[in-house]
Amino acid sequence: MSEQTTNPTYVLQGAAPLGADPVDLVLARGVITEVRAANSPVGDDETVVDATGLVALPGLVDLHTHLREPGREDAETIVSGTRAAAVGGFTAVHAMANTTPVADTAGVVEQVWRIGRDAGWVDVHPVGAVSVGLDGHQLAEIGAMADSAARVRVFSDDGRCVWDPILMRRALEYVKAFDGVVAQHAQEPRLTEGAQMNEGVVSAELGLAGWPAVAEEAIIARDVLLAEHVGSRLHVCHLSTAGSVEIIRWAKGRGIDVTAEVTPHHLVLTDELARDYDPTFKVNPPLRTAADVEAVRQGLADGTIDIVATDHAPHTREDKDCEWAAAAFGMTGLETALSVVQQTMVDTGRMTWADVARVLSAAPARIGRIDQGPTAQGRPLEVGEPANVVLVDPAARRVVDGRTQATASTNTPFHGRELPGRVVATFLRGRATVLAGAPVEQVVGVRS
Amino acid sequence: MKHLLSTADLTRADAIRILDTAAQMAATQSREIKKLPTLRGRTVVNLFFEDSTRTRISFETAAKRLSADVINFSAKGSSVSKGESLKDTALTLQAMGADAVVIRHQASGAPHTLAHAGWVEAAVVNAGDGMHQHPTQALLDAFTMRRHLVGRGAAGSAVVGDPTGQDLAGLRVAVVGDVLHSRVARSNVHLLHTLGAQVTLVAPPTLVPVGVETWPCDVSYHLDEVLAETAPDAVMMLRVQRERMSGSGAGGGAFFPNPLEYTRNFGLDGRRLALLPDHTIVMHPGPMNRGLEISAEAADSPRAVIVEQVANGVAVRMAVLYLLLAGDASKERAGLE
Repeated sequence: MSEQTTNPTYVLQGAAPLGADPVDLVLARGVITEVRAANSPVGDDETVVDATGLVALPGLVDLHTHLREPGREDAETIVSGTRAAAVGGFTAVHAMANTTPVADTAGVVEQVWRIGRDAGWVDVHPVGAVSVGLDGHQLAEIGAMADSAARVRVFSDDGRCVWDPILMRRALEYVKAFDGVVAQHAQEPRLTEGAQMNEGVVSAELGLAGWPAVAEEAIIARDVLLAEHVGSRLHVCHLSTAGSVEIIRWAKGRGIDVTAEVTPHHLVLTDELARDYDPTFKVNPPLRTAADVEAVRQGLADGTIDIVATDHAPHTREDKDCEWAAAAFGMTGLETALSVVQQTMVDTGRMTWADVARVLSAAPARIGRIDQGPTAQGRPLEVGEPANVVLVDPAARRVVDGRTQATASTNTPFHGRELPGRVVATFLRGRATVLAGAPVEQVVGVRS
Repeated sequence: MKHLLSTADLTRADAIRILDTAAQMAATQSREIKKLPTLRGRTVVNLFFEDSTRTRISFETAAKRLSADVINFSAKGSSVSKGESLKDTALTLQAMGADAVVIRHQASGAPHTLAHAGWVEAAVVNAGDGMHQHPTQALLDAFTMRRHLVGRGAAGSAVVGDPTGQDLAGLRVAVVGDVLHSRVARSNVHLLHTLGAQVTLVAPPTLVPVGVETWPCDVSYHLDEVLAETAPDAVMMLRVQRERMSGSGAGGGAFFPNPLEYTRNFGLDGRRLALLPDHTIVMHPGPMNRGLEISAEAADSPRAVIVEQVANGVAVRMAVLYLLLAGDASKERAGLE
């Protein structure tokens, strides 16, 4: 059974594509078949979705998601994580490799890819490990993963830094064969032994071991120079400091093929939140200062930072319900990312909805090389393009409740906070995964 | 305030109330019968996740002198070493009806978490958490300074009057050594500042935290200059942990070239002792590394009040337990609610 025969034709009536003047978007047979004048007559066989006042964006693409399966299904599964992604407006996620077992073989990445495909909430693109077991010594079977059914193009030891410069060089060179990219978790390990939070005024007072900005910046500086030397493509994960923004700006000015991401939480939260020792706010890289938050917003606005990626990192209660030092690093983000970007970048006038589509859809899809072919993501909202669409109500406000989110974990740093914007509907190749803000459970076995 | 977690939480009035109460407690300790009935029927748990025989014994003595029942819960040999979480340990203590939990923990913030996570109703007293705070140590240090240094005659006379109700205004205190890893230094900086003293931290730059510039104190890398130029009323030497020298601890790398160089630049010896005004007292939270941060000559000199600090620790901890547990009226009087 194919989507083409089971899905209704949707008319997204009165939707504002990228915030422009309202139109009626018609989704049929998995693609955008028509763009009509707003509130045009509707055919008998068409299903109307009232999109009055809603902004239409291309389905969001996350380059940095931890789905935890295989291994930590107590924190998240591919099904629960991708359902959360759909609720957050995503139609594709890149699943990080630090699972148990590590995604360092074709077997593991194909397993993740297949489970994701069967779940059907979003396209799941596994990220392959750079090194065997993420241990930083020997290259993983990068070619096999690239050639597998999962067609891996993004490689990362995320959670750990590829600290050995020669291994990093080899990885950067090796992925050139299939236009891959190495996504670096920039953290100099010796400078961050035992590190608990950003090193600065707050860490000094709280007596928590510091994670200095230089530990991130030193690796980024090294890596952009390596990428220049070998002519490779580098992606910098979750950049968090003002100095990192400066280095990326310098590297791009020099013509180095580097892209960078910032997380939603680094766009808004600061290390002041550690003062209550609530491990919800323990994350790696750590929350930085207000000056860093301003610098990453500026970097995102001026294009130095290419994308927003969630670094969605679900953890079980027991891994967070404890003293700070014993707690795991990480916070969830799939269901709040778009709202945080709206709050920090759109509502402040620093970005348009078209910019949002760029940093949360087109650019991450391009970096992950999933912007072409039959399951292309991050495409424009134009006739003939895949019907990957999210409808957002920018006027809505909601109080985040970690207990009622779709993710299996509760470690959202925004619990109890009011955020603007609400995802009303998400369509994956014309099929509704979210309607009226709620996930649409689907018939088992329906695949694209 | 229901708990004592950090000296940063104490107002000047709070701190003076604790010191005055401690003075009353100390007065009772010279009696033949030292025990008071004040906390009869109340249970104090000493929850120690980190070895500290001195601090535990001090709290135990304080609680027993107030007639409280004392339970010592040491992480070693307990279920904690079998992987039990802080939460489950706390729930266990709650079920057993602890009125106060005195906690020593290697993780900064663990007492804060214990006090605010909703696991226990007991008053929580921080007996030292990681590199964060050790408030009763700072209180006993302030108590000791006040006793020796406040109320001295204006002409520098050695006669000390009754310091009750007084703060430490105008006193100059040098805190010397491993500030970076020291909860004692952090607690003292806040408390001494609140009480009006001027603090100078003295350490090699590697042992001063990034971010220290916001602390209410001065920082120097030169002990001789500080001793000569500020003429401190009290010199507090901090213990240097062995792993700071070898680089075997977390953080990577040794913090100074070797013990000899440390002692040469930051040790308190006879020569430096001679630079100090006659009334200056020498303090150390213990246990001392004789020959490293402090020489035997300095440790055993008449100006050293190190043994007295230990005795004052019992009085201060009695005062803290009394003010936290002996009824709401007393807490309100102490500004501790």
